[in-house]
Amino acid sequence: MKIPLSWLKDFIDLDGLSVEDIARKLTLAGMEVDEILYVGLPMPVYKEGEKHEFKTNGIAWDKDKIVVAEIREVKAHPNADKLTLLDLYDGQQDQVVLTGAPNIFHLKGTGKLAKPIKVAYAKEGSVLYDGHAEGQVLMTLKRAKIRGVDSYSMVCSEKELGITEESDGIILLDDDAPVGTPLADYIGDAVLDISILPNMARNANVIGIARELAALTGRELRITNYESRIKADKVAGTPVTELVEIEIKNPELNPRFTAGLIRDVEIKPSPYQIQRRLKLAGIRAINNVVDATNYAMLELGQPLHAFDYDALLKRVGNSSNKKIKIITRTAKDGEKIKTLDGNDRTLSTENVLVCDEKGSLALAGVMGGAETEVTDKTKNILLEGAAWNYINIRKTAKQHNLPSEASFRFSRGVHPAMAERGVKLGLHYMSQWANGKIAPEIVEQYPLKPKDSVVNVTAHDVKRLLGIDLSLQQISALLTKLDFKCTITKDQLQVISPDHRMDISEGVIGLADVIEEVARSYGYDNIPTTTMADALPPQVGNPVHEWEEHLRDLLIALGLQEVVTYRMTSIEKESRVATYNDYVRIANPIAPEKSILRQNLIASILDVLEKNIRLGESLSIFEIGSIFEPVKNDPSTGSGQGLPNEPRKLAIAMTGLREATAWDVKDSAVLDFYDLKGRLELLFSGLHFTNISYTANESILHLHPGKCAEVKVNNQVVGVFGELHPLVKEKYELGDSPVLVAEFDLETLRKLIPTYGIVPVSEFPPVYEDIAIIVDESVLAQTVEALIKQTGGRSVANVKLFDVYRDEKIGAGKKSLAYNLTYQAEKTMTDADAAAIRKKIIKRLEHEVGAKLRS
Amino acid sequence: MLDKLNEIEKSALESLKSVTDSAALEAWRVANLGRSSALMTVFSEFGKLSKEEKPVIGAAANRVKVKLEAEFESQAQAVKNAALAKSLAEEHLDVTLPGRTKHIGRLHPSTQQLRRVLDILAEMGFQVYTSREVETDEMNFQMLNFPPDHPARDMQDTFFIEAEGRAENPILMRTHTSPGQIHAMQEFSKTNPKDPPPIRIALPGMCFRYEQITARSEIQFNQVEGLAVGKNITFADLKGTIADFVRRMFGENARLRFRASYFPFTEPSAEVDVECFVCGGKGCTVCKNSGWLEILGCGMVHPVVCKTAAMTRRFILASLGVWDQNVN
Repeated sequence: MKIPLSWLKDFIDLDGLSVEDIARKLTLAGMEVDEILYVGLPMPVYKEGEKHEFKTNGIAWDKDKIVVAEIREVKAHPNADKLTLLDLYDGQQDQVVLTGAPNIFHLKGTGKLAKPIKVAYAKEGSVLYDGHAEGQVLMTLKRAKIRGVDSYSMVCSEKELGITEESDGIILLDDDAPVGTPLADYIGDAVLDISILPNMARNANVIGIARELAALTGRELRITNYESRIKADKVAGTPVTELVEIEIKNPELNPRFTAGLIRDVEIKPSPYQIQRRLKLAGIRAINNVVDATNYAMLELGQPLHAFDYDALLKRVGNSSNKKIKIITRTAKDGEKIKTLDGNDRTLSTENVLVCDEKGSLALAGVMGGAETEVTDKTKNILLEGAAWNYINIRKTAKQHNLPSEASFRFSRGVHPAMAERGVKLGLHYMSQWANGKIAPEIVEQYPLKPKDSVVNVTAHDVKRLLGIDLSLQQISALLTKLDFKCTITKDQLQVISPDHRMDISEGVIGLADVIEEVARSYGYDNIPTTTMADALPPQVGNPVHEWEEHLRDLLIALGLQEVVTYRMTSIEKESRVATYNDYVRIANPIAPEKSILRQNLIASILDVLEKNIRLGESLSIFEIGSIFEPVKNDPSTGSGQGLPNEPRKLAIAMTGLREATAWDVKDSAVLDFYDLKGRLELLFSGLHFTNISYTANESILHLHPGKCAEVKVNNQVVGVFGELHPLVKEKYELGDSPVLVAEFDLETLRKLIPTYGIVPVSEFPPVYEDIAIIVDESVLAQTVEALIKQTGGRSVANVKLFDVYRDEKIGAGKKSLAYNLTYQAEKTMTDADAAAIRKKIIKRLEHEVGAKLRS
Repeated sequence: MLDKLNEIEKSALESLKSVTDSAALEAWRVANLGRSSALMTVFSEFGKLSKEEKPVIGAAANRVKVKLEAEFESQAQAVKNAALAKSLAEEHLDVTLPGRTKHIGRLHPSTQQLRRVLDILAEMGFQVYTSREVETDEMNFQMLNFPPDHPARDMQDTFFIEAEGRAENPILMRTHTSPGQIHAMQEFSKTNPKDPPPIRIALPGMCFRYEQITARSEIQFNQVEGLAVGKNITFADLKGTIADFVRRMFGENARLRFRASYFPFTEPSAEVDVECFVCGGKGCTVCKNSGWLEILGCGMVHPVVCKTAAMTRRFILASLGVWDQNVN
C-alpha cells in the first residue's frame, strides 16, 4: 500500500523525523517499507560506501528553481500554431513561457485571464524528468530557441515532476496555491510503499499507519471527530431513513449495512491536492464523487460504494412515496450481474449481492453493478458502507478474479464499526468537493454486532512470554497508545480491543495477541537477547539422517557427483524409463512437464545426465531422495485417496571415459558394467556388508538383459544395476558410451547394516599362491570364489580373481579363472600347510563345478 | 714372481683408470679379479711354489688382491656417482605439463549448506527430525492456524495433489517444514501426556510452492526450521538463539535486525534481516538496494498450534528460524 507522507501529516506531527526514520519505525513494527518514492522532498544523500536502509527512488524539486506560479494570459506563438506563449508571474517577476500543453490551449488569445491559473513552474537549470522520453529520464532544463522564440523555463506536467506518468497536459494547481512558494514546500511529498501483512488489515489506511506512528513515537494522533465534521456540513431534506430501508438475509455474511444520502452534487474534478494524493496512492482520479469514496477508504480503511440514487428510483418506477428497499442476499446459482467494468458475471450461491426489489445492484464488497453506477449526470447519491464476511469476500474476489482496493480490505477483515464512520466521511468529502447537501440520518441494519475482545494480562504473563519485566502501568501505557481500553485491577490488566480491529481473540489466544502488541509497541529492538536457560532435552541424534549423510560421503569419495532434482515430472518424461499403473498427480501443475510426482529416481537422474552430457567426457552422478507411490485408500479413514508412500532411494548413473583424457592418455576405455560394479563393491565395503551376492536378472525392463544384476545382501534384494537398455538409451541424447545405472532402496539397505569390529593385521607371515582352473563357460565366478572361501575357511584370508582367459587350447566353451590366494593362520603358515588347503580346494572345485587345475 | 705381481698390479690399476661405465667396470673385474685373471692364477698355482716362496708370494698376492678390490670398489662408486650425476643433469621434466587427474565427487551445494546449518543447530542442542513431503491440508495448514480460505494462505501458494473423497482435508505438497512441528509435538507429547518432555529439534527438508522460478524463488527448495519447547522459553531466548545462529552462519560481525512480522503459527512473530553480505549494506541488486537480506522468520509457537498438537498450555514454544534456500 502506498501512503503519501503529506497525508499522514494530516493526523500526526512528524516534525524532526526524517522519511527514513519514519520508514524504519514502521518496518521494525511489522509494516515493512519496501520502497520510498520521493516526489519533491529532498532525498537522502549517501556518502560513498555508506549503508542504505531502504530502496529509494524519485526526484527532489529544487526549492529555488521550481515554484508555484500563475498564468495571467495565454498568447499565440508567432511561428507555431500548436504552441502558446504564457504570460506568467513566478512571485518575483514576469516570465514568458512557451508551452504546447493541450489543457490550456483553449484559452489561447482570450486575453487577460479573469482568474489566473496556478501552475508548477520550473526555471532554467531545473532537474526534471523528460516529459517526452519513455520512462523516467532525468534532464536539466536549458535555454533554447524554439521556432524563433527564446525558451528558458517551463510549466510542468505530472510526468516531469515524477508524480505520475501523465505528460499530456500541465498540472493545474488549486486556486489557493501560494504563488512564489517553492513547489516542494507546497506539494513536495514522499510515498512509503508498505507491505500489509494479513493480520494488519486495520492498517491498510492512512489513519491506521498514523496511529501506529503515534504509538511508536509517543506523539498524539489527531484523529478527526467525524460527527463534528458532519455537523459543519450542509444537511437538508427528507431523512434517508424515510426513503430507504435495508434488509439483510444472511447476517453471518453481512453483519452490518449502512447508507447515507447526498443530494444535488456537482460532478467535476476533485481539488488538485486530492487528485495528487490519490494518484500517489496508486488510484486514478475520476471525479469528485468517486474520488470521495476512494479518498475516504484510503484514509479510514472502510470501502464505500456510491449508487446513483435516481437510477435506483427509476428501477422501482419513480414512485416517490415508495421506499427503496436494499436487500443483501446470496446469489442464486447461475444468476448474472453486469459489473461496472462492463463484464457479465455468472454467480454461484456463495456470492453475496446487494439488491433492490427488482434484482441485483452490486457484487457485495467486490464491485458495483453497471446500471446504478455514478456518471457525469448523477445528481443524488446513496452511499453504502457495509461489513462483509472476509472469507466469503476473499472467495468471491478469487472466483471472479476481481482484486480491487475494496476486496483487498474486505477480504482481510474490516471492523463493522467502520461502516458508519466511512459513510459519514464519504458524505463529508462529497459535500465539500461536490457541494452536495447531506440528507439527515444514516439508514442501517446491524444484526450481528461483534463483541470487542476482553483479555486479562498479568505482568507475569509478559515476563513469561517476552522475558522482560514490565509493570501493569507500563503495559497499560503501551497498549493505550494503540487504542486498547485498559483497566488496572489489583494484579492484572483488563484489556478491551478497540473497535477498529478484529485480530484480537480472547482466552489464551487473546493473551498471545495482546502480548505481541506489547512487544511491538515496546519495540523488538528493546527486548534483550538471552540464552535458553531451559532444560536441554536428551541428545539422541538422528541415526537415520546421520547414516544417509554417511552414505553421501562414501559416494562422493567414490568420485560421484551429487545432484538434487525436482520431485515433479511428467508421465511422458518418466515413461522413458518406467511406467506405472497409477501416479500421484498434481492438481494444479505449474507446467505440463511437472504434472506428477516421480516414481522413479533413475528417470530423474537420467534427465540430469542428458542435460549435462556435453559438459564432460565422463559423468558420474548420484541422487538420494524420495519417490512417491500412490496409495488408493487413506488407511486412517478407509476411504478417500491416501497420502503416498515416500520411500527414500539412491540412484547412480555413470557414462563416458574411464580415465580423464590427458596429454599422455589418449584413448581411455569407456566406463562399463564392471566400473559401476566396482564402485558398488567399494560402497558396500564402506558400509561393512559382507554377505553380498549378484544375480543376473533379465527381467529389469530398463536394463540390458545381459548386463544387469540384482544385488542381495543376506539374501535380501536391495537393488539392481547394469547397463541402460539400448532402447531406453535411444530415448535420450546420451552420447555413444554405455550408460550404467543403479538403484537402491535406502530403508532396506539401512536395516541390513551389520555391526562390525576391527581386525588387526596378522603378525604372522602369509603364504601367497596363484592357482588357475579351467571350468565351463556357464560356471559363475561368484560360485567359484564362494567355493574357495567356503573350503579354505579362515585359512584363506583373501581371494582375488586376476585373470579370465579363453583359448582353443583350453577348449571350446571353457574358460580359465586365475586367482591370487592369500593363506593366513594364527601361526606361521608353511608351504606344506598351504599345499594341504590348496589340495582340498581343488578337490572341492573338481567335484562341485567340474574344474580342472591348469598346469 | 714378485715382479709379476707388481706388473699385474700396475697394469690393472692402469687400466682401471680408463673405466667409466658399469659394463667396462664388470669387464675389468672379470679380467683382473675373475677366476681366470692373472692374479687368481697366482693363487691357483700357489701349490707349485717352494716352501720359502709361499709366505712371501702369498703375502704379496694378498696385498695386491686387497688393493685391487679396494680400488675396484672406489672406482665402482665413482662410476655410479658419475652416472647419477649424468642422469640428474639430463632428466628434466616440463613441470608445467598438466598432472594426471581423477574424477572427483562433490556434494550438491544445497547439501553442503544444509550440513552447515544443521551442524550449527546441533551444537545448540537441536537434533534432526524429518517428516514427509506430501502432507494433508490439516497438517500443513489447519493445525498451524491457517483455517480454510484464510488470507494467510495467500503467502504460501500451494501445489495440490489430485485426491478423491477427502472433503476439507485435501492432499498437498508441503509448503514449509512446519507440519513437522505438529508431528514432533504429537509424538513427544504422547510419551508423557501429563508432563510432555522438552523438545529441541531441527527440521530440514524439501518444500514446494507454486511460484514462478526466478533467481530468488523456486517451486522446490530446502528449508530448515528449529523448534524448541520448554517450560521457560521466552521471546528474549528466541532472539538470543537466533543471534548466536546468525553469528555462526554469517560471521561474528554480522549485523542483524528483528522486525515484527506475521505467521499464523507463531505469535509474537519476527522476520530477521542480516546486513547484505554481498554489498556490506551499501545497497545492491541482491538486497534490492535495501542493504538488508531477509534470512528467516521466527516467533513463539502460537497457542492454537500448541492446542492442536496436544501440548499443555504451560509450555511456551519457540519456533526458531526458517532458512530458505533454492535448489541449484
